[in-house]
Amino acid sequence: MSRAALLVLADGRFPAGGHAHSGGAEAAVRAGRITGAASLEDFCRGRLHTAGLVAASLAAAAAAGVDALSLDAAADARTPSPALRVAARKLGRQLMRAARATWPSEELDALARAFPKGAHQPVVLGVVARAAGLGASDAAYCAVYESVSGAASATVRLLSLDPFDATGVLARLAPELDRVADRAVESARRVAGEGVDALPAASAPLLEIGAEVHAGWPVRLFAS
Amino acid sequence: MHLDHSHDGPAAVSADAHRPNGSRRALRIGLGGPVGSGKTATVAALCQALRDELSLAVVTNDIYTREDAEFLLREAVLPPERITAVATGACPHTAIRDDISANLEAVEDLEDEVGPLDLILVESGGDNLTATFSKGLVDAQIFVIDVAGGDDIPRKGGPGVTTADLLVVNKTDLAPYVGSDLGRMAADAKAQRAELPVVFQSLRSKGGVRDVAGWVRAQLAAWTA
Ligand SMILES: Nc1nc2c(ncn2[C@@H]2O[C@H](COP(=O)(O)OP(=O)(O)OP(=O)(O)O)[C@@H](O)[C@H]2O)c(=O)[nH]1
Ligand SMILES: [Mg+2]
Repeated sequence: MSRAALLVLADGRFPAGGHAHSGGAEAAVRAGRITGAASLEDFCRGRLHTAGLVAASLAAAAAAGVDALSLDAAADARTPSPALRVAARKLGRQLMRAARATWPSEELDALARAFPKGAHQPVVLGVVARAAGLGASDAAYCAVYESVSGAASATVRLLSLDPFDATGVLARLAPELDRVADRAVESARRVAGEGVDALPAASAPLLEIGAEVHAGWPVRLFAS
Repeated sequence: MHLDHSHDGPAAVSADAHRPNGSRRALRIGLGGPVGSGKTATVAALCQALRDELSLAVVTNDIYTREDAEFLLREAVLPPERITAVATGACPHTAIRDDISANLEAVEDLEDEVGPLDLILVESGGDNLTATFSKGLVDAQIFVIDVAGGDDIPRKGGPGVTTADLLVVNKTDLAPYVGSDLGRMAADAKAQRAELPVVFQSLRSKGGVRDVAGWVRAQLAAWTA
């Protein structure tokens, strides 16, 4: 694996559309569940152990070469909210576009052909990691980090939160990110023998409900 | 940009001049500029002026609403399936310059669903004087300012005023009321832009968008030549 390639892929400025999404933070801010750095940390921790773990497991499995079609179906089954499915596929399509220009690969082309309107973003992320010469653990790390960093930077914009406080939240969560990434890789490893049911299905009902409510707002800053 | 991608896939990757089926894609023109300068009004007027001679579509990038798209729909300048709104996450310049993926998706979907298209107009959300479109998203860009935003804007320059393929100074009808000196604006714009064109227009007067429409036709002629 190339550590530098991992930095390219994990960079928040990698042009794959993430900047327009808040990871549920916009809905949580409006509902009064995120009001400052402490509640942002709680929110991110919740995302990490639910949506983050599931995304990282899917990404790790895809990076390990598990069939993307079955992983995409597994992602659908783990995403009850239609609004979140739409967002995940949109982001998957956007990541696909950026990655095919960055790391051209037959595997990415084949996945794009199979899902012209986008596969779930974590599945695409895993295949992109392969194209970039990265492994399952790298893909899992990208997914867990994304699962909290997007919400943190959105909250800086939404609450005018001190950016140093938001970055401090991410730094404090780092040991937990390590553990969740390890769990994700471990579950991805089990898919070979047990099938995709071995992947975690941790759900966060408030994120799902919040996403549905958010999708109906006439005025909002973020796409999800 | 590159016409020779070695990996032919199902969708165009970025600025390629051809669609995956080999046909030439639509010319894409961006309209940017400060809040309220008249971007949407210019898009609406262009659609009205060009829709009988060209196959057109519009992408809007509102900052936090769908108002630009809704205005265009209300004014019925194009059928609804030819107007797409992109959500920009509080940062319009990011969506048109640094991370253009959502906008590229919108233009591709328009070509797939209502194409073939000759021209796609991409309106940026109102932003600051540094906001410009990526060359990966548009082939040419129009920067729209107005006389009421201060007649010193051309003098101040900035990437939009200085480098846009066309600078439009809009709302000239308001100049007497806000004390803007059009002669000075023209001289300052000339100093900043050298040979690049500038159009002064009022959309309140009949045929207000004529010069801009003429410029768009010339761009299209060069694109299809
Ligand atoms: N007097 C006058 N008003 C104009 C002219 N062009 C546009 N307007 C008005 O200016 C206001 C803003 O115009 P828009 O076209 O919405 O401006 P915009 O640049 O799209 O604004 P944002 O998208 O919000 O940044 C509207 O009320 C228009 O009717 C003009 O030439 N003269
Ligand atoms: Mg507008």
